[in-house]
Amino acid sequence: MSILDSKIPEGHISQKWTDYKDHLKLVAPNNRPKIDVIVVGTGLAGSSAAASLGEMGYNVKAFCFQDSPRRAHSIAAQGGINAAKNYQNDGDSVFRLFYDTIKGGDYRAREANVHRLAEVSGNIIDQCVAQGVPFAREYGGLLDNRSFGGTQVQRTFYAAGQTGQQLLLGAYSALSRQIGLGRVKMYNRHEMLDIVKVDGKARGIIARNLVTGEIERHSAHAVIIASGGYGNVYFLSTNAMGSNVTAAWKIHKQGALFANPCYVQIHPTCIPVHGTNQSKLTLMSESLRNSGRIWVPKKKEDAEAIRAGKLKPTQIAEEDRDYYLERRYPAFGNLVPRDVASRAAKERCDAGYGIEANDTNEGVYLDFSSEIKSKGKQAAYAAGNHNASEEEIIALGKKWVESKYGNLFQMYEKITDENPYETPMKIYPAVHYTMGGVWVDYNLQSTIPGCFVAGEANFSDHGANRLGASALMQGLADGYFVLPYTVSDYLANEIRTGAIPTNTAEFDAAEQRVKDQINKFLNNNGTKSVDFFHKKLGLIMWNKVGMGRNEQGLKEAIEEIGALKAEFHNNVFVPGSADELNPELEKAIRVADFIELGHLMAIDALQRKESCGGHFREEYQDAEGETLRDDENFKFAGAWEYKGDDINQEVLHKEELKYEFIKIAARNYK
Amino acid sequence: MGLTNAYCLMTKNLKKMASKTININLKIWRQKNANSKGSMETYKLDNVSTDSSFLEMLDQLNEQLINERQEPIAFDHDCREGICGMCSLFINGEAHGPDRAVTTCQLHMRKFKDGETIFVEPFRAKAFPVIKDLVVDRSSFDRIQQAGGFVSVNTSGRTMDANAIPIPKHDADKAFEAAACIGCGACVASCVNASAMLFVAAKVSQYALLPQGKVEARDRVLNMVRTMDEEGFGNCTNTGACAVECPKEISLENIARMNREYLKGMLSAE
Ligand SMILES: Cc1cc2nc3c(=O)[nH]c(=O)nc-3n(C[C@H](O)[C@H](O)[C@H](O)COP(=O)(O)OP(=O)(O)OC[C@H]3O[C@@H](n4cnc5c(N)ncnc54)[C@H](O)[C@@H]3O)c2cc1C
Ligand code: SF4
Ligand code: FES
Repeated sequence: MSILDSKIPEGHISQKWTDYKDHLKLVAPNNRPKIDVIVVGTGLAGSSAAASLGEMGYNVKAFCFQDSPRRAHSIAAQGGINAAKNYQNDGDSVFRLFYDTIKGGDYRAREANVHRLAEVSGNIIDQCVAQGVPFAREYGGLLDNRSFGGTQVQRTFYAAGQTGQQLLLGAYSALSRQIGLGRVKMYNRHEMLDIVKVDGKARGIIARNLVTGEIERHSAHAVIIASGGYGNVYFLSTNAMGSNVTAAWKIHKQGALFANPCYVQIHPTCIPVHGTNQSKLTLMSESLRNSGRIWVPKKKEDAEAIRAGKLKPTQIAEEDRDYYLERRYPAFGNLVPRDVASRAAKERCDAGYGIEANDTNEGVYLDFSSEIKSKGKQAAYAAGNHNASEEEIIALGKKWVESKYGNLFQMYEKITDENPYETPMKIYPAVHYTMGGVWVDYNLQSTIPGCFVAGEANFSDHGANRLGASALMQGLADGYFVLPYTVSDYLANEIRTGAIPTNTAEFDAAEQRVKDQINKFLNNNGTKSVDFFHKKLGLIMWNKVGMGRNEQGLKEAIEEIGALKAEFHNNVFVPGSADELNPELEKAIRVADFIELGHLMAIDALQRKESCGGHFREEYQDAEGETLRDDENFKFAGAWEYKGDDINQEVLHKEELKYEFIKIAARNYK
Repeated sequence: MGLTNAYCLMTKNLKKMASKTININLKIWRQKNANSKGSMETYKLDNVSTDSSFLEMLDQLNEQLINERQEPIAFDHDCREGICGMCSLFINGEAHGPDRAVTTCQLHMRKFKDGETIFVEPFRAKAFPVIKDLVVDRSSFDRIQQAGGFVSVNTSGRTMDANAIPIPKHDADKAFEAAACIGCGACVASCVNASAMLFVAAKVSQYALLPQGKVEARDRVLNMVRTMDEEGFGNCTNTGACAVECPKEISLENIARMNREYLKGMLSAE
């Protein structure tokens, strides 16, 4: 029998969560203050969990490595958050959101978790509005919606291109309230560097105070990890600079299985790379695909002329443009899911139609001119001007675009020095989100009892590809509406435990592991910076474990990463000391974990001999270049068990995925 | 062409592509820790791409320092796209540097000239003590927020339907504009009095403009302003420097609104 027990409740899909919740154990209010809970991370998942548990009366300690919980990476989410409210009356429902998410994930997510997510989605919007989150509204004062990829309804709520900011500030306000009331103690500029287990259960963490360098022991009856995704394993990604896998990887090393590490989302619309000193990539929100049309020239000679600087995109006639998404996927057009759009861009660029001025041609256009005209016309008409001139129409259209996407357009202009109101944006795919993560059961509990994992850090809801605007939904669902119930159920058995002492052998051992690693780095006396190795790792990952993967490349990656690990530990130079603010030391600890994770990602991608969602194995595609799944052999979540320093020894456990309520089918967006 | 070569070629080629490079001199504040005295140090950095961001330029300098086995310069940053509020820096006498409506991470080197000497200092204010080099402690902002920057609603999800109270678009948009504050502290660093009025006013305004925030309006403004004073921020003398340097263009209108709210609060408190 597999060691993976998903604990999916019995019953009809629409009743599972309600029935299950009704039968979970509770902790009485008078007992809650005797129980300590640690929350690592203050993004949407962590802030909402810490605020909710604090509000219930538990003693909560929350940790983040930034200088304030408000700066967690969730703040950068742009486009929006999904919810099955059906405010637009376009046929949306909980079932449809559930179905779209399962299909979007290419039938590699767990039905019961996804349905629960769809069920609570509406409450998220209610909650956020009650907290004063200023979502976009229509003139009638009601909430506005937009469309996102992979759906045919308008269910995405948004606040300009700053939805993540507004949602996180909402969760941060709830968290701040609990901090003010003394129910949550906040540890800013602290990094969790290990977990402490006592008798197999999670009982605390070791954290480094990033200002003083002090190594601290914190005990608790349960530990929640909400530390975000691992996209920065590629060095260049749309993630914040500090986003890392360390918390998740450290618990993996202590017994938490890590699932589907090879599932990575490469987002189709990001600003192309500008130079060798580039430190990160910038996303242009998927919401732009509501209004922008993606194209490359139909004729190779036009593409060449553009690259040579002899032609401007605005000079290419309508009939000479290839709106390749609209051509290939008429039913969804520019709003196909991300993996499909990214591969289509790569296909055109590989075929020589790319428009970026370098040998690789890697860039396509995202063009707003049609939308500017049509929205301008509508605005003129609505204002009673039925014979508006071309200029009036364009001016009004630009105003409309500014009101929807102003901050994104400004961001684009600041980075590229080009004005996207006048000329199409240049975009190309970039690493963005990681669907894989720590394996959790229906309770969001990992294979370490008492250690729960929420948000992007877990693997649970998005299968092999995440639909846009669903990560924010998942983060808040986990923190506000799932963990308060499932963690309480677990804690009901802890009311007699009493405070967990930190002066025990288990804490000694964990602290020693952390100190050994730090001392090793500081005394290494190597010659190369941490970034040198991180960039090298990123290059291997992007080339061989990126948008297209094949057996040979993956085998090479495994070799190369193994060698890189040895070189890193021998030759990295970490300046400064342990007892001060030391950003290079912080990076070294993170990169050590990224290297091991990268290795596991390659092994996982090699093992998965099929293409699904963002995992595209070049050997497994149909005649039209679409993904070819192998449901007979790979309809499982692959969870890896750590077996010591040699990552090649990790053992795969399979959780068979059962589709009882959705008929599994080929994913078709044509 | 396969993707495999593409990335290598791309990175090679981009060196060529980078529109222009400049050589610069830097005068940067170095300070070992909160208790030590700091000083301006001079550095020279060549071949800076004008397409690099200011922070990528500092990365390049740090790489150079590390290769010379010197200690790199500590500075705060995370998202590098102008939204987390973590980056700071006083560049050539201006918070977030010479460009308008951007944070330091969005400032690009094309705004500087070849051969230019650039001065880089931390955000300075009594309520923002220096931790190291260019890194300061802005946790005072968090404490102001904890004093009242929220609506006291439990996170049960069982509130009323989100569309139960229509909110005029104009008010919602204004609330959003105020809520766009990223908590960076540039307003404080730019103010001769190191006042945090713009930051606090942005939060107070967001809630004052929405029906959900009205119930606690009085306590909120009184508590937040009191905490602001306790944290050692200065008084507002309406110089308006804050709004000029604010990367999110938070308007002075918010300060006027907060003053009205405060007055209302004081009156009804009596
Ligand atoms: C540019 C961008 C735009 C996006 N736009 C959208 C969108 O429009 N809609 C959507 O649904 N999704 C979007 N996403 C995805 C979404 O933003 C993320 O998946 C989600 O916010 C992750 O939230 P989280 O709470 O899991 O983690 P995060 O927000 O990443 O938070 C992680 C937290 O963990 C802390 N932490 C990490 N490690 C440690 C440690 N070792 N010790 C202590 N603390 C630690 C950090 O300090 C931080 O507080 C976007 C992502 C990006 C990159
Ligand atoms: S008001 Fe402006 S300058 Fe002040 S903290 Fe907010 S965003 Fe920064
Ligand atoms: S680094 Fe986030 S705003 Fe500059």
